[in-house]
Amino acid sequence: MCPGCSIAVDLHESLQTQPPLLGLVKEAEVAAAGSSPAPVVEPENEGPLYVARRKVYPQRVHGTYRTIKWIVLWITLGIYYALPFVRWNRGLNAPDQAVLIDLPNTRFYFFFIEIWPQEVYYFTGLLILAAMTLFLMNAVAGRIWCGYLCPQTVWTDVFQAIERWTEGDRRQHLLRDQQPWSAARLARSGLKHFLWLMVAWWTGGAWVLYFADAPTLVKDLATFQAPLVAYIWIGILTCTTYALAGHMREQVCLYMCPWPRIQAALTDEHALNVTYRYDRGEPRGSVKKNAALHQQGQPAGDCIDCYQCVYVCPTGIDIRNGPNLGCIQCGLCIDACDSVMAKIDRPTRLIAYDTDLNIKRRQEGKPGLYNIVRARTVLYAAIIAAVAAIMLYTLATRSSEGISVIHDRNPMFVRLSSGELRNAFTVRILNKSLETRDFVLTVDGLTDLDLRVVGDVASTGRMAVIAVGPDQTHELRVLVSTFTPLPPAASIPLTFRISDPKTGQRASVVDHFRGP
Amino acid sequence: MDKQDIDQVTGTATTGHVWDGIGELNTPLPRWWLWLFYLTIIWSIGYWIVYPAWPLVSSFTAGTFNWSSREAVVADLDAIKAQRGPMVGRLAAASLQEIANDPQLLDFARAQGRIAFVENCAPCHGAGGGGARSYPNLNDDEWIWGGKLEDIAQTIRHGVRSSDTSARTGATMPAFGRDGILKRPDIEAAADYVRSLAGLPVDAKADPAAGKKVFADTCAVCHGEDGKGKRELGAPNLTDPIWLYGSDKAAIVEGIWNGRGGMMPAWAGRLDDVTIKSLAVYVHSFGGGEK
Repeated sequence: MCPGCSIAVDLHESLQTQPPLLGLVKEAEVAAAGSSPAPVVEPENEGPLYVARRKVYPQRVHGTYRTIKWIVLWITLGIYYALPFVRWNRGLNAPDQAVLIDLPNTRFYFFFIEIWPQEVYYFTGLLILAAMTLFLMNAVAGRIWCGYLCPQTVWTDVFQAIERWTEGDRRQHLLRDQQPWSAARLARSGLKHFLWLMVAWWTGGAWVLYFADAPTLVKDLATFQAPLVAYIWIGILTCTTYALAGHMREQVCLYMCPWPRIQAALTDEHALNVTYRYDRGEPRGSVKKNAALHQQGQPAGDCIDCYQCVYVCPTGIDIRNGPNLGCIQCGLCIDACDSVMAKIDRPTRLIAYDTDLNIKRRQEGKPGLYNIVRARTVLYAAIIAAVAAIMLYTLATRSSEGISVIHDRNPMFVRLSSGELRNAFTVRILNKSLETRDFVLTVDGLTDLDLRVVGDVASTGRMAVIAVGPDQTHELRVLVSTFTPLPPAASIPLTFRISDPKTGQRASVVDHFRGP
Repeated sequence: MDKQDIDQVTGTATTGHVWDGIGELNTPLPRWWLWLFYLTIIWSIGYWIVYPAWPLVSSFTAGTFNWSSREAVVADLDAIKAQRGPMVGRLAAASLQEIANDPQLLDFARAQGRIAFVENCAPCHGAGGGGARSYPNLNDDEWIWGGKLEDIAQTIRHGVRSSDTSARTGATMPAFGRDGILKRPDIEAAADYVRSLAGLPVDAKADPAAGKKVFADTCAVCHGEDGKGKRELGAPNLTDPIWLYGSDKAAIVEGIWNGRGGMMPAWAGRLDDVTIKSLAVYVHSFGGGEK
């Protein structure tokens, strides 16, 4: 069976599935959906490309996966909000903030790592690691990133918790939304939006702390001394957080995010997805009816059509329709179903992390097949290990000095009155360590060679000593002259070397000596 | 909205308008988009109030912010001036030699000089001072008017054969041929002799003795007996391998026949003193500057 086909259940079809609700709730839901779309003639089963949003009222749920989600939420948000305040001693010449993106000085600090702008290729490694980790997660258990770790999910969880606390749980909220506006409703709604904005504002506030010394910036922000750009960014992120987590929620996952589409292309039949075990659940029926059928020895499923799995779903889908793009694999429907199964005295995990393949195997009387170690997971893990090893090696052996050279272009060479030929170069020496260092600059490549650094009187001859401040670069104009007769249109390789006599560390770069 | 006319092909409601049998589908803009659109209109009213907006008969509505683009530029320029103020002040106070000896001042002067150079000097002397035919290369160590810091600053300030009263005028090379001072064969002989002074190969038919005599009688006054030139007259050294107009015989003959007299404008009135000092230091640091 083609795994892609099973995933590509029509999104709209699954969204439009209307569970037969209790009369009251149904009325409320229809009203909440706003003006219901006009009856549409569907030629050849093709629905319209646009559906109006049906507001989702996720119900409170308790259980294993909900607990895991709360733990992940506390850890991730804790890291996000607290990390700027973590200190890391780097000595006098560098900031003591553990994670700092210092834009004015173009430095990125991450605990023991300091990255200069020309080293952003390290981020390539990070991005590969991030992508491969996502792929690996997906190969093992589908979109667990979406369900547990994605900022959209985490913040939406927080906002929904606030909503349930102020407006009441699903049913209460649905009923209250039906009632006319009153002072009480206004107060509830006002409190909700106020709390949402506070969380959003705090989110934006924490963000800017990564770009400056956090304690100082907090003080400056509070006393209105902080730069305008800080307030602007807090404002922007407050708005985006408020809109994305408060109002757009599952719409982000359904329509904006590319990851669901990518994961649909990456999955295979062994990836554990939140699955309704229809082999056990069907045919559905009420508790009594199915119990009766059981008694008579007739086929009866465990699913009692209670819709708890639908009510708790943060994206408003029905998992029993099979794997579909709206599912973020959060497992809340598992918790909801388990609590019902426990009440009606049936085995739990009617919905579970499982595969369609296993359902088919069980139907054929074979045991389930849980195959986590397979070609793609091994490959992803191997790539992660390889990239991580390369990154670790390059970071551990990162040089603390560097040199770059640009040849003068106008003129390419100069003939002096003595007949000597001279080339001029712009040389930049990088000192990535945190103390001032004296570098010895030498140039090799021509037998007869005179080296001069403009502004440095002591530099005549073969070498120059250049002091470069801590965590700084120093630009020099270097003149290289020779009496050596050169062939026409000569281009002789020159090696520019710097070395630190104290530590023996060195760096070099090759440019060329040009002649007429 | 009770009864909608649905188009059978697309399944979309129509507006009910029909022109010559062609109906119009009702595909309204998404509501969020529409509200954003209204919001921008409301926002724009704010602009009218705080920023200059409406032209009046002889003026305009200034807006409550009292903002003007001209003042914004002036404020930006003032901010830059204020930022550079201390360094510019030190440059103004220091002598050229002091600037060249202080690494910090030298870096600042060179950075400032580079910008002034590419804006003002590069059209003739090239972006890196590489020069061109009849525009001296400023990177080499042959200086017609002197290559010390003070010499370079003086040349930039007052120019060469410019309208400035302190301009460097020297002795302009006369048009020996055109004005009938020298005959053609004498000029050819002198040109050959000049080439031999610089160690360049000479025509086998040349008459060195005749050339030497012409040079001694006519050219040596300015270029010196040995041909090494005289700076006070702006007469270049003819014995080195640096040639402003080319070293081939035709170019030299042309120079003697028509004369030479390069010009450079005086910059004193156009650039301020600190900029001229920075330029002098920058040009000196090309590498050919004299101590």
